[in-house]
Amino acid sequence: MKHCLSLAFVLMVLWLGNSGYYSPLLLSLGAFSVVFAVWVSHRMDVVDHESQPLHLSGHISFFYCWLVGKIILSNIDVVKRIWLGNKSISPCVARLPLSQKTDMGKVIYANSITLTPGTVSMDIEGATVLVHALTAENIAELKDGEMNRRVADLEL
Amino acid sequence: MLAGMVTVLSSACLFLGAFLLISGAVGVLRFPDFFTRMHAAGVTETLATTLILLGLMLLAGWSILSFKLLLILLFILITSPVASHALTKAALHGNLQPLVDENNEQ
Amino acid sequence: MLVASAVAILVVMVMAIVRALLGPTIYDRILAVNLFGTKTVLLIAVIGFLFGRPDFLDIALVYALINFISIVGVLRYFEYSRSDEEGGRL
Repeated sequence: MKHCLSLAFVLMVLWLGNSGYYSPLLLSLGAFSVVFAVWVSHRMDVVDHESQPLHLSGHISFFYCWLVGKIILSNIDVVKRIWLGNKSISPCVARLPLSQKTDMGKVIYANSITLTPGTVSMDIEGATVLVHALTAENIAELKDGEMNRRVADLEL
Repeated sequence: MLAGMVTVLSSACLFLGAFLLISGAVGVLRFPDFFTRMHAAGVTETLATTLILLGLMLLAGWSILSFKLLLILLFILITSPVASHALTKAALHGNLQPLVDENNEQ
Repeated sequence: MLVASAVAILVVMVMAIVRALLGPTIYDRILAVNLFGTKTVLLIAVIGFLFGRPDFLDIALVYALINFISIVGVLRYFEYSRSDEEGGRL
């Protein structure tokens, strides 16, 4: 029930933010659309803790602030290597352990790896993730496990 | 005074964003194989997009336009890792072997 | 500065097309087309501000959605419909 309410809230914000017209006719059409969309998704059985991860929303903003800093640093590094040329890169592939228990945690970790330039997650098998990195240092940094630990902390 | 500062700030964001976009595209042209090119494309999709849209948001000020720009930004930030992952996974299944530096062989 | 960034985005789009034409694998081409698509979204947004037509932002939003879905659709098609011997060269 709370997942349905949160979906309805998100859809309402989307409608109000995108329309820009607040006449009674358009607002009632919007309310109708929101109710219809929530009903259809409820029937499809896709409104659950995976599509509306409410239990994460408290801690995840801190994680995203940390991730933004990380993304800026690695962007600078990759841009430097682009202008230095092919000699400055040493691509490598490594298999890293995952300490997240839920699928949601694994997805957040793999997406964070991909979102940081210089590392791309290629595949998840069981409790390991296959990572392609632009340099060996990028892999070493991931092996330190700070990002892994931070994502695992989110699940608690 | 404040308006002037906002204009300067948004110009700086747009300029930096444009520079990062060009760098990323140079990397896509220059890097030796598919997987390394993905990293270069990642630069343009995260920080460069954020900076360009941030510059436009500063120009728009507090209005419905900023909300729409924020939506575009969130949407690109959410979908780009999904598209990258689908791309690498398809490449792996297509038996494309990543180029690996000899010093890093395990 | 708006004009400069519009020109920069156009240059980036040309470079993406060059990579799409050079290949050499099908995945490089899809990567380049994806890059082209996301830069189109930015270009539409910048041009909307440049010409004072803020309605263009709605088009940019819809273009971002269509671009994502088309890339995933094309990838699905190539992931399962190609014989493995080619090694991605197409």
